[in-house]
Amino acid sequence: MSTTTYGWLVLAFPLLGTLVTAFGYRYLPGRSAGWIGTAAIFLAFLAALGALISLQGHAPGSRQIVSSLWNYASTMGIDAQMSILVDPLSVFMILVVSGVSTLIHLYSISYMDKDRGFVRYFSYLNFFVFSMLLLVLAGNFLLLIVGWAFVGAASYLLISFWYRRTTATKAGIKAFVINVLGDAGLVLGTYFIFKHTGTLDFLKTFHAVESTAHPAFGHATNNGDLVAGCILLLVGAFAKSAQIPLHTWLPDAMEGPTPVSSLIHAATMVTAGVYLIARMHPLFERAPAAQDVGAVVGAATLLIAGTIGLAQTDIKRVIAYSTMSQIGYMIMGVSVGAYAAGLFHLMTHAFFKALLFMAAGSLIGAMGGEQSLEKMGGFRKAMPFTYACFIVGGLALSGIPPFSGFFSKDEILLVTGERGGWHWILYVAGYIGAFFTAIYTFRMIFRAFHGEPVSEARELEGGHLHHAAIPRNPATGEEEDTDVGFPGPNHAIAERALPMRIAMGLLALGAVGAGLIQIPKVDFVIDDFLRPSFATAKGYEPHTKTGLLVIGLTLGTLIGLAGIALAYRIWIVGGEELKASTAIRERTRPLYELFVNKWYFDELIDALVVKPMAAAGAFARDTFERVFVDETLVGGTTGIVRAGSAAVRAAQSGFVRYYAALLVLGVAGVGFYFLLQT
Amino acid sequence: MSAVLFFIAAIGVIAGAVGVVVLRNPFYSVLALVAHLISLAVLFLLLRAEFVAAVQVVVYAGAVMVLYVFVVAYVGGESDSIGERLRESGPVGSGLRLGGAIVGGALLVELLIALLGTGLEATSGYGAGYVAGPRTFGTPAYIGKLLLTRFLITFELASFLLLIAAVGGVVLARRRGGIGEDEPEVFVPLDVPRPRGTGTMAEGVGAGNGRAPRTDHTQASTVHTGAGQPS
Amino acid sequence: MSISWYLAVSAIVFSLGALGVMTRRNPLVVLLCLELMLNGGNLALIAFSRMWGNGDGQILAIVVMTVAACEVCIGLGMIVAIYRRNLPIDVDELRELQG
Repeated sequence: MSTTTYGWLVLAFPLLGTLVTAFGYRYLPGRSAGWIGTAAIFLAFLAALGALISLQGHAPGSRQIVSSLWNYASTMGIDAQMSILVDPLSVFMILVVSGVSTLIHLYSISYMDKDRGFVRYFSYLNFFVFSMLLLVLAGNFLLLIVGWAFVGAASYLLISFWYRRTTATKAGIKAFVINVLGDAGLVLGTYFIFKHTGTLDFLKTFHAVESTAHPAFGHATNNGDLVAGCILLLVGAFAKSAQIPLHTWLPDAMEGPTPVSSLIHAATMVTAGVYLIARMHPLFERAPAAQDVGAVVGAATLLIAGTIGLAQTDIKRVIAYSTMSQIGYMIMGVSVGAYAAGLFHLMTHAFFKALLFMAAGSLIGAMGGEQSLEKMGGFRKAMPFTYACFIVGGLALSGIPPFSGFFSKDEILLVTGERGGWHWILYVAGYIGAFFTAIYTFRMIFRAFHGEPVSEARELEGGHLHHAAIPRNPATGEEEDTDVGFPGPNHAIAERALPMRIAMGLLALGAVGAGLIQIPKVDFVIDDFLRPSFATAKGYEPHTKTGLLVIGLTLGTLIGLAGIALAYRIWIVGGEELKASTAIRERTRPLYELFVNKWYFDELIDALVVKPMAAAGAFARDTFERVFVDETLVGGTTGIVRAGSAAVRAAQSGFVRYYAALLVLGVAGVGFYFLLQT
Repeated sequence: MSAVLFFIAAIGVIAGAVGVVVLRNPFYSVLALVAHLISLAVLFLLLRAEFVAAVQVVVYAGAVMVLYVFVVAYVGGESDSIGERLRESGPVGSGLRLGGAIVGGALLVELLIALLGTGLEATSGYGAGYVAGPRTFGTPAYIGKLLLTRFLITFELASFLLLIAAVGGVVLARRRGGIGEDEPEVFVPLDVPRPRGTGTMAEGVGAGNGRAPRTDHTQASTVHTGAGQPS
Repeated sequence: MSISWYLAVSAIVFSLGALGVMTRRNPLVVLLCLELMLNGGNLALIAFSRMWGNGDGQILAIVVMTVAACEVCIGLGMIVAIYRRNLPIDVDELRELQG
């Protein structure tokens, strides 16, 4: 089978899974929908492996293969085709996406057991995976935008999965609105680029831009249209990857089920922005202004998100802000030209973040649905497996060797430092962010697993899984039931569910071992693999000065360990009644307020955007619509017609004599006219 | 001589017409019309239309007016004098009657102007020449020949119209559920495309499938007694 | 008398008939006045036939009489039917067909 056939199969299996589960909604017995969904994604993963093997069989120079199924339209100079591009970058992405997705589907079979929306969940999840694969396999802007939009839609469907919770539906709408803003940016950016290149196809666009004879945007860099287009593409990337200032939807998106958070908001969808910048690297390299914007925003996000993570109490939101922060690293990485490093970090991050979310899901299950860190404590003895997973994920996240996060994160910072100039600020910011990361990650772990066991932990040690008497919304405390639209009555924990343990175990192996394939100066598996995609990228080859390399690696390790030590000091040694952390909180009260209120971004957007739009809408409804349209235009028209017809209707009185009189009058009139004629 | 006869007949015609319009009792109006018709027949004779005059007396005054007499005797009805009517304020009001009178007057004036005042030379003459004889202008033979040659289609259509009117008259005036009440139920193939409740005219007069719906009779009476009120 | 006299009489009879149609309330009398109008027309037809000297007008007058007879038949049938349903015999009251 040819490489591109594997590519189409990768798309076909999840789509088939969606359709089968969707249409077989009533007929699929028990949990078979879950297994069908998982099998579909697993088959996609196998097809991705096939694509990988087949692709490596080609010569390095010809590893960018396009396959087109049919033409949508070829009018007015727009070549809209349904084509996929199979090259190392897309194969890398589909492997990561389908691999992690398979494990998450497996995990979900146990997690969503007994939920009334079980089949619907797997249908949506398969649809999401299909959309993400479409996005990364797209060979032209058209399918990219289609995949982008589908991913946003799937995210909305899954965030508001428990649709009877108002918090969930509001979060879904918020996510969708911000994503649509990004979609608009993406489409406008495409327009700006299309204006000069005249083609929607990726390879043709890149050739047009890079050609030495007639470059589409001129020989100089920073052509106005190109910069505008790239910045608009960045808007799309920021919205999808939750960077400042379009990040407010990500914490709210934690309203969705935990596997959803794990898949969409950690491993796959939020990485779409990173993929976009990497894919469009020929364009960005000719618009360094846009690259700088990306790098600055990435660095800002990683700092701000890190500080917010220090103050959050909802365990899922801590992990969400950590995701935002790590994506900031990736965006910064691909914006400064560290493509291989950024994408490598994407892969390792997918492993350990998905693992952290899964473990968090298990912990929430043990707490009977409660998500607040303030109510958790001392689960170490009751949940050893979950604790081990948390530790592995946390160490990877904090960048401690030999875990994978260490290699990927430090390589990004290395390349950033090598760029020199003002990029040193980003370099320093990166390490400060790493420090914060270590602190809040281990704050979370120590608070949840160390200290005095809470009642739920004691129950579990005694062998009984805690269930709340009345199910409640963890955010607002509202009462719920376990019927369709709300979470089911079952709470799954890893210690008791084999599928969960398998999934988490495999991810833990990945988190530990994935770093080994890209140890600096030793092996360059990812670099070599991705090179054909970045053949024309400047600075792709790392020429690290060994001095900087050593400094960077040691600094990274030291900062990570320092962060863990600080967290230990505050929350374990000073952890009785949270004495130490409360003391620090009191001393840094203003900073604490800023962090816990998420730097007031929500309030800012509310005041700047939401309230004016709501006022405009109210004005339109109350004044314009009511007065102009309803009363004047519509009412006026009907009024005139009514009056006219009432006037005419008066002639139909029903009196025969009246009609006769009119008749005679008419005859007399006609006669009079003819008399005048003669 | 003919001038005197003309004036006598003309006065009879106009007097009869006035009587129809003015007289209060409808029966008197009918009688006035009869007088009017006979005077009109005399006028026809003066115009050498012997056959038409005869037809007028026999058919119009003899048959149609007799029919009128029967119906007026059955229905009756009082009318008030024209003076009172012009002054009363009914749903239409005296304004309409006054207006009607004015319009009628206008019509008369116009017609007179049209017919007389335009200076038509032909009408100021005495008409075409006349030669007496068995088949000349106005004799039955003459009319008959015309009817069967030049005006054949008109003749046929007129007879058709009479047939329709006769049938219509019978249908209109028949009592509900009348003639076919005691007949046994006979299947008529013509009833197949006329199922019950579809509102065919046959059903309306009680000749369709299953005969007339009985309830309509009383319902119609109770509904229609109040139908005259302004809604 | 010249033809114009007959035409004058015809015009007077026709107008009187129109006046009666507009003025009277009893439908029977309205029909009678309608007959008057028809007769006025008949007289005009016969007069013109005499003027031209052919029988067309007379044939048409016979046809008009036929039509008048048919119309009277139907009209009276309707009045009888109305009377049978105990409705008032008054054109001012019979006005359900209104807008």
